[in-house]
Amino acid sequence: MREGPEDQPHVFPHGRRPGEMLFVTITMTVAVALLAALPWQTTWLPGKGLAAQPRFWPAVSLGGVVLFGLLNALTRLRVPRTPGRWREAAVWLRSLEFIGWYMLYVLAIPVIGYLAATLAFCTGIALRTGYRGRAVWIAAAFGLVVVLVFKTGMNVKIPSGAIYDHAPEGLRYLLMRYF
Amino acid sequence: MDSFLSGLELLARWDVIAALLVGSIGGVLVGAMPGVGAAVAIAIALPVTFSLEPIVGLTLLLGIYGSSMFGGAIPAILVNTPGTPVNALTTYDGYPMTKRGESRRALSLAYSASFYGAVVSILALMLLAPVLAKVAPLFGAREIFLAALLGIVLVVVTHRGQVLPAAILACLGIFLATIGIEPSAYTQRYTFGLSWLQSGVDLIVVVLGLFAISQALVLLMSQDKPVDLPRVEKTGFFRQMRELWVYRRIATVASSLGVICGMIPGVGEFMSQFMSYSYAQRTSKTPERFGKGNPEGIVASEAANNSVPAAAMIPLLALGIPGEELTAMMLAVFYVHNVVPGPRLFAEQMDFIYALYISLFLLNVIVVVFLFFATRTLMKVMLIPSRFLGMMILTFSLIGIYTLRNSLTDIAIASAFGLFGFVLKRLELPTSPIILGIVLGKLMEDRLRTAMARVREPWDFIDRPIAFVLFLMILAALGAQVWTVVKARREGGSHD
Repeated sequence: MREGPEDQPHVFPHGRRPGEMLFVTITMTVAVALLAALPWQTTWLPGKGLAAQPRFWPAVSLGGVVLFGLLNALTRLRVPRTPGRWREAAVWLRSLEFIGWYMLYVLAIPVIGYLAATLAFCTGIALRTGYRGRAVWIAAAFGLVVVLVFKTGMNVKIPSGAIYDHAPEGLRYLLMRYF
Repeated sequence: MDSFLSGLELLARWDVIAALLVGSIGGVLVGAMPGVGAAVAIAIALPVTFSLEPIVGLTLLLGIYGSSMFGGAIPAILVNTPGTPVNALTTYDGYPMTKRGESRRALSLAYSASFYGAVVSILALMLLAPVLAKVAPLFGAREIFLAALLGIVLVVVTHRGQVLPAAILACLGIFLATIGIEPSAYTQRYTFGLSWLQSGVDLIVVVLGLFAISQALVLLMSQDKPVDLPRVEKTGFFRQMRELWVYRRIATVASSLGVICGMIPGVGEFMSQFMSYSYAQRTSKTPERFGKGNPEGIVASEAANNSVPAAAMIPLLALGIPGEELTAMMLAVFYVHNVVPGPRLFAEQMDFIYALYISLFLLNVIVVVFLFFATRTLMKVMLIPSRFLGMMILTFSLIGIYTLRNSLTDIAIASAFGLFGFVLKRLELPTSPIILGIVLGKLMEDRLRTAMARVREPWDFIDRPIAFVLFLMILAALGAQVWTVVKARREGGSHD
């Protein structure tokens, strides 16, 4: 028996998704603002042809965003909308939390070192997303493996932690070089 | 023959062999994890490959690219979830076969069809890339511009039902390519006086944001779903792989369609898969069984999507024009190592080209052998919870971004694109037009400027045969799209 539609993978979208018009509106507003900035953010070179103007491609591309955005808005307005625009926008904003944790992770590396920051990030995210017990230990083990493979093994360029300066001489080199 | 032997010599090194093994097995692994896929893995691995030699880096990326769809068939068949988006049609017939207790047969067919498609595609690459490279010197600035424009037009119009959003995103990509100091008159564009914007928006940073960070956010914001792994018999793999012979017509047509779609910039796996599946259904003696576990459906889908990667290398190697986001990422590796794709590459570094051909073939052999023995073990990666995968991707993506130049600004830009990509994914909008817009936009600007210096009348632009044919192809693509819209309107439907 063929699977019901809910069991089928989604290939092409059909209806208007919540937040779709909000996204188009934001994109077009940004594009219009950038277009308005065209005269002082780009240069017009006298005596040069249109294709050689530094202003030409930004104008064409931003004009394209606005034009296709308008056409898209006009066509999609006729499609029945699914309610939940602001709920969807809230989901977009909620994802900022993970971006925040990510930035914190990046900022922590030069301070506490890659090893400690990675272990803290992996276990922290695992705890934040609801994992407990063995899963948290697995997350920590994953973090350790990442550090051992990339920093210790492949020596990728990641800054060492300021905290390592307080370690004894021999250990300090090891920590800075491998962790 | 000398070049072939030199190519073999290039590959006979421990680092290249290691890259081939890691790439092909890693590609199968990421393909088998729903929600990861080749784009995420390549985006993360890309900056790491910059410190490697070109052949090592490219072998690694090719391995991931060529093998991820093999892996993607496993969850598509066993748990009705495509591992990579291009395995979507495999679920239609693969999962019903699993429910009938024929999971081993479905997997064997998927592997053999994938291998067949890949081999056909590699043969096409070996035959057609040198031919195209011979024609390539006839490609002047205007021909390259028109070919790039054709790529943009095709990537937009092939997004059925999403043509206008794809056009918006392609234009956005072209705009992103213009930010920074432009290379002809050295004036600043949209830098807002910020020094970090003067060098422009780095493609790798955008790629990592749009593909890796955004996917991590999607997974972190999702709910873990329990996965019920079906039983897969231990033996009979090889015997069942021979069943492909019964469906050789479908496999051959699907592979050929994959090669054609792969070669045309902007078209790729989705189109080839749908065309092949439709062909298989139309010509089948049992079309009513499609979607209910018809092996022909699996063969059509898998042969078609696996024949795209090598074919997509044809315009990339011969003309330097990427057909989709993954080859666009590979182009970045070429440029980082000052390897310029095009006719000179074929004339001066044929051993390098042969090495790529051989590694493409070898990776497919490695993958099939690996899958013979490891499918049952590999199934366990599907048990990794999605939010845990999100954490893993985010951890890996930091390495990708940081290894570029240890820049916090890069991390911030990648995070912004990650958020943007997350919104696009929530709205089920495509991300590939942005990447192609960035890569082809730069190319178009440069070539149009050069071409226009020699053009007096507008018709001069298309007065050479190749330019004229490319122009006709652009018109045909646009005309077909307009006709589709008009037809849909007449039938009372809505189609952009």
